[in-house]
Amino acid sequence: MTLKVDNLQVWYRTMRGDVQALDGVSFSVGDGELVGLAGESGCGKSTLGKSLVRLDGRMRHVGGTVELDGKELPIGDSERMHGFRFKEVSIIPQYAMSAMNPTRRIGRMVAELLESRGVRFDGIRDELLRRLELVGLDPEVLDRYPIELSGGMKQRMVMVISTLLNPSLLVADEVTSALDVSNQKAVAEALVDFRDRDYVKSTILITHDLSLAYQVADSIIVMYAGKLAEKAPTDSLVTAPRHPYTRMLIGALPEVGVRYDTRRLTGIPGSPPSLLDPPTGCRFRDRCPLAFDKCVEQPPFLEVAPDHAVACWKAS
Amino acid sequence: MLRLDHVSKSYRVGTFGGRELAAVRDVSLRVEPGEVVSLIGESGSGKSTIGRMILRLTAVTSGTITFDGTDVAGLTGSRLRAYYGNVQGVFQDPFSCYNPIFKADRVLELLREPYFAGLDGRQWRAKVERALEAVRLDPGQVLGKYPHQLSGGQLQRMLVARALLLDIRLLVADEVISMLDASTRVDVLNLLGDLKARGLGILFITHDLSLGNYISDTAVILHRGEVVETGATDRVFDDPQHPYTRSLLASVPQLHRKWDRDERRLVSEPAGEGGG
Amino acid sequence: MIRGRHEFLYFAGRNRKLVAGLAVVVGFLVVAAVGPALTDYGPNDYVGPASQPPSTAFWFGTTTFGQDVFAQFTHGLRSTFLVGVLGGGLAGLIGMLIGFTAGYRGGVVDEVLNMVTNVVLVIPTLAVLLIVAAYLRVRGVIPEAIFIGLTSWPWVARAVRAQTFSLRSRDFVDLARLSGAGGRAIIVREVAPNMSSYLLMTGILLFGGAVLLAATLDFIGLGPTSGMSLGLMMNNAVLWSALQLGMWWWFVPPGLGITAIVGSLYIMNVGLDEVFNPKLRKL
Repeated sequence: MTLKVDNLQVWYRTMRGDVQALDGVSFSVGDGELVGLAGESGCGKSTLGKSLVRLDGRMRHVGGTVELDGKELPIGDSERMHGFRFKEVSIIPQYAMSAMNPTRRIGRMVAELLESRGVRFDGIRDELLRRLELVGLDPEVLDRYPIELSGGMKQRMVMVISTLLNPSLLVADEVTSALDVSNQKAVAEALVDFRDRDYVKSTILITHDLSLAYQVADSIIVMYAGKLAEKAPTDSLVTAPRHPYTRMLIGALPEVGVRYDTRRLTGIPGSPPSLLDPPTGCRFRDRCPLAFDKCVEQPPFLEVAPDHAVACWKAS
Repeated sequence: MLRLDHVSKSYRVGTFGGRELAAVRDVSLRVEPGEVVSLIGESGSGKSTIGRMILRLTAVTSGTITFDGTDVAGLTGSRLRAYYGNVQGVFQDPFSCYNPIFKADRVLELLREPYFAGLDGRQWRAKVERALEAVRLDPGQVLGKYPHQLSGGQLQRMLVARALLLDIRLLVADEVISMLDASTRVDVLNLLGDLKARGLGILFITHDLSLGNYISDTAVILHRGEVVETGATDRVFDDPQHPYTRSLLASVPQLHRKWDRDERRLVSEPAGEGGG
Repeated sequence: MIRGRHEFLYFAGRNRKLVAGLAVVVGFLVVAAVGPALTDYGPNDYVGPASQPPSTAFWFGTTTFGQDVFAQFTHGLRSTFLVGVLGGGLAGLIGMLIGFTAGYRGGVVDEVLNMVTNVVLVIPTLAVLLIVAAYLRVRGVIPEAIFIGLTSWPWVARAVRAQTFSLRSRDFVDLARLSGAGGRAIIVREVAPNMSSYLLMTGILLFGGAVLLAATLDFIGLGPTSGMSLGLMMNNAVLWSALQLGMWWWFVPPGLGITAIVGSLYIMNVGLDEVFNPKLRKL
């Protein structure tokens, strides 16, 4: 499968105007690729993930296209997207724990979900049980209510449900954020497993935790203030980042072995610009130590090395 | 300075309170002046409960917590207020710590009457500005604003400034940076490090080992309410003895070091275990 | 969540239910304030020919005894509002006191107060009122208001308790405790202001409920023994067969008045709910 996003713009309607959450994003995801989409809060990564599957009430598709396997995805039209959801594109939402109806037993909920897509539960039951076992869930989980499961178990349950119909593209939105360290590892590795077993073709893993993306992703995209900053294969991005933001972000991550008195880390001073009225030019220039006069012009997202693209005048 | 001796906390659960849930079991630890102790554990380990017991927000079921030799459980009235002049806390969610209908600096104002009634307007303002500058906040930028107008990092720092106003000796920092962005986390961590250098004792509660490693002198690893390992930070992290500590270290995602892909078995808890 | 009065007034002014309801209630209030001054005789004075339909001399006509229905109406409105404010206010005060205490303290205090609430809830108010009425030959507006106040508070206590419970576990309450503040200070300064929208709506409901209850009591003859009220007007109208005699001007104004006031109060409340709750607003 291939995903091609071209100059996508998605804005949020609010009382004070339009928040330009996604402002001209272009990239592609190849077959079998697990892409990590990393960035801090407000950078637009969740918006990007959601717009590939389901725009919520306040979001508006303002411009750009999304192409899946050569066909254009009608992301602005929720009705027409219904035919694509779960079968071609699927999302594990950010608050998956609360996404399950608390008054329904899980098995019944899955059955209803499948019926709504025109798939008979009995036909797929065996596959469902096989996958539950794969993620370490007991089949009797289907007879339970969501409140009886722990956070990690609910997350794995939602993962299985979202991938049951073997979608081409899976978007996993912050699936590990609310979990403990041991569960995080299990869930992240399950994502890789699903891809290896061909349950999904490609995955976009949205996370704020760069080190988690490093563990499982083939390539990583770093976003800042609604635009892409850098995209590179995982190892290149972490060992030789080109964009100043990526560099400073990596430099601000404490790791086991680094101590305050031996090597003091520094954060990035300032805060991201408001997307209600974004500044012209490069959005990072107010906080960037390398900013110079050309930065008032928005740098294009260009490839500077094979598969390695950066949006920075200094890097290209 | 702070001593926990065989502290336990249990709750009554179930209909008619038949069963007992032990949140904290027989925990002992110490925090000395100028020392940062990391209390590291996953959710359900009881780490937050310990913090709350030290802050007298939750009662102790058994065991004693002493500060400078005095048992904190029995403090009331003015002696409790004096205790709070020495020990303060900062919590995880900066936005929920502020009453949303009031201005942010109200959290500082609230301390004026019980602790600084004798100061006049000018002296109070000077004191507030000094505390804000100690946490590297610009008074002009943060005073007079509502919480939703400030960032998470600024709010957290203001909470630390509030604690500093009182000239405290022990700070209980419960997951103070987990809700902050990666780029501001380190700044707050560095701030805590600077305060430690000035003699403040800090109990740093976290689930993130890298943070605990960055800033603390002593590490206490908590699992299901019990202390499984404790010692000087570099020794605990370089050479973990307890299997839980080892598995914790192995599961933490690290830049420049990938997980051991050999152990691919997924974690399977018994069905029906709530929480998580 | 409302941020600042400016935003509140912006939405409040745009909400049709709120504005319409408020207009009706304020209109009646004006009539109650000014009306009695328009006539220089009392509501029970015999001033005109009996059983007259509305005319230019007597806007609402006269009763079977020749009393001015309009005068009765305006004086009745005053008494209705008075009972509403006093009775509703008393119920609100008791309910909030008990609700805040039970919600904040929890434990044994909560259990005891819950028991008290349940007992008052279960008491058959009408039966008690009948007994009280039998003892007090002469009753005024104040005792009626007190009675309404003492029996209408349980639902307020329950609701306030529930809200207080949930607010109590919020971090900013913990922070207030860490500032050395006592329970009462925390309730007044931290908890109650966060519930201000809810308390306002509760107040309106209590006022409306008290008005309705007073009208009902007056209608069945358990109201004040002197003075005038809208319920009493309807009671008299029924006693003197106004319906059968076709004297609609005697019972329609008070009936419509009660309906309009209480109905508008409830509509106002729905509008207020929309103003306070961002999710119900239409952007």
